[in-house]
Amino acid sequence: MMRIIAALLFAMSINGAFAAGGPSVPLDYIDTDIRDQESMQRGMALFSNYCFGCHSLEYSRYERAANDLGIPNEIFAENLLEGEAKIGELMTISMAKDQAKVWFGNPPPDLTLIARLRGEDWLYSYLRGFYADPKRPYGVNNVVFKDVGMPHVLADLQGLCAEAPELGVEPEVDPLSGNIVKSSGCTTYQTEGSLSAEEYDEAIYDLVNFLDYVGEPSRVESERLGLYVLLFLAFLFVFVYFLNKEYWRDIH
Amino acid sequence: MQKLISWIDERLPVVEAFEKHMSKYYAPKNFNFLYFFGVLSFVVLANQLLTGIWLTMSYNPSAESAFASIEYIMRDVEYGWLLRYLHSTGASAFFVVVYMHMFRGLLYGSYQKPRELVWIFGMTIYLALMAEAFMGYLLPWGQMSYWGAQVIVNLFGAIPYIGEGLALWIRGDYLISGITLNRFFALHVVALPIVILALVVLHVLALHEVGSNNPDGIDIKKNKDENGIPKDGVPFHPFYTVHDLVGIVVFLFVFCAVVFFFPEMGGYFLEKPNFEPANPLKTPDHIAPVWYFTPFYAILRAVPDAFLGVVAMGAAIAVLFVLPWLDRSPVRSMRYKGSLSKIALVLFIISFCILGYLGVVIATPARTLLAQVLTVIYFAYFILMPWYTSIEKTKPVPERVTMK
Repeated sequence: MMRIIAALLFAMSINGAFAAGGPSVPLDYIDTDIRDQESMQRGMALFSNYCFGCHSLEYSRYERAANDLGIPNEIFAENLLEGEAKIGELMTISMAKDQAKVWFGNPPPDLTLIARLRGEDWLYSYLRGFYADPKRPYGVNNVVFKDVGMPHVLADLQGLCAEAPELGVEPEVDPLSGNIVKSSGCTTYQTEGSLSAEEYDEAIYDLVNFLDYVGEPSRVESERLGLYVLLFLAFLFVFVYFLNKEYWRDIH
Repeated sequence: MQKLISWIDERLPVVEAFEKHMSKYYAPKNFNFLYFFGVLSFVVLANQLLTGIWLTMSYNPSAESAFASIEYIMRDVEYGWLLRYLHSTGASAFFVVVYMHMFRGLLYGSYQKPRELVWIFGMTIYLALMAEAFMGYLLPWGQMSYWGAQVIVNLFGAIPYIGEGLALWIRGDYLISGITLNRFFALHVVALPIVILALVVLHVLALHEVGSNNPDGIDIKKNKDENGIPKDGVPFHPFYTVHDLVGIVVFLFVFCAVVFFFPEMGGYFLEKPNFEPANPLKTPDHIAPVWYFTPFYAILRAVPDAFLGVVAMGAAIAVLFVLPWLDRSPVRSMRYKGSLSKIALVLFIISFCILGYLGVVIATPARTLLAQVLTVIYFAYFILMPWYTSIEKTKPVPERVTMK
């Protein structure tokens, strides 16, 4: 009886913990890999070229990112360091927040922790969720973030989607012809971009991968160390288990 | 070594204290796994104190830089991420072990005579722990820190006449601000830890005066051998020290798995909105307290009137204090109580867990109705206890403890 109650208590607390919340729009799933340095390097390059003008990573330092992404400091300084910045500095931007508020309605948020705040799926969907909407000040809207203040900065890569893309749908393939009849993302374009749909998805994958890393740069080290800690504890368990057994041998 | 010990012992009774509390403290030999949670709360307390001290070295308690200093700890301080995750996971782990420890008390009647004071000190620790956790949660200065504190402090405003003034006095401002952050920091790192440590000492001293209960709920001091040692007791040291080591290692395995691999615990140990700095002008879509407060939060929301809701929430905690005088059963352990007590405890645990779930999610009319029913069950467990424990037929209690 006691065991049943204990089991019930645990099961319910866990069920309760994982059942809550959830976004209101269907999202596309992304399986990020923060050990894929090349992907994160491409993601950081994309970030520097397209996002960094308005969005800071103000809790993160250039040098830490360079080291974690496997970019030699000299190469990093030549290619990815902004203006007069030193490699040990925080990745701040020079855009004034009060001016940005006038331009966009809200100052563009810092993105250091955006992956932890919104989740990777949300970011992956959001960056592929822009479409043409002439009613909006910058001519674009977003299926994930309705009436967002941000313009579609990546439009010269993706192109501009003519109508709201449908996200979070299972891809369907016609069994006879092998053609894809239904897929997630944009289908018709108002203007074409320099990348194909697949290439754009890959670029966004890299970008989200980088943002995922920046949100928690200690993750890889944490899991490496955690493995040793758990192995040590498992090893220690054997000793304390038999020590206990030895002491309690004659207690009945 | 022996000379040193006797030198000290002539001036301070260390040997006597060690014998009284460890090597000649006789604990029943039939403890089961539920008896690990007392010592585990010691382990978690030590973890919180040590990691807390190191976090304080790099944390900056001001509204302007608290959030940034947390990220500084996470990124620039050597193993700062580990210290922080140990502390944040430790907070949740503290409530896990304390809830299991309290459940053990309910199950085996550990609050019954002569352990009323042990229970009351324990409940006071729980109360201090809730205050400690609540104030600690403001310190990261994230959105949920800010709005959670706003909601909870505003509850005091629902008290008639003095409410508004009281809430203002707690905040030190008309809304949660840097002033509140500074005073919560002082209370979190200095005042409350001292209170908790003092209460823990009282809890253990009171326990060692009357002796530990056990799963059979019988008194081992009734059966003593010729030397006056309980026949069913074993010296705490070394028997329970080596025994508890097993429990501690198993606990640390689970604890470290969370710390190193999923410290956010799906958004329940570290809530997602807290990765955004506090913004007094932007209310989050959904404000939910951390999981360990949610059963009481659900009770609060179940009552339509704000003031009565606060009263119900306070009563839900206060009623636990008088538990030793509500239980009229001649036996302590659930093993020998009647089926009414068993049903009552199961219903109570179920309602507590579902209330915990309801406190996390957004309230809908159906959920509020469910919360109201469960709130009634929660209180019925206590209010009806004098009745159902005195009319039910109990099983005969064994003379000696049973080893299972």
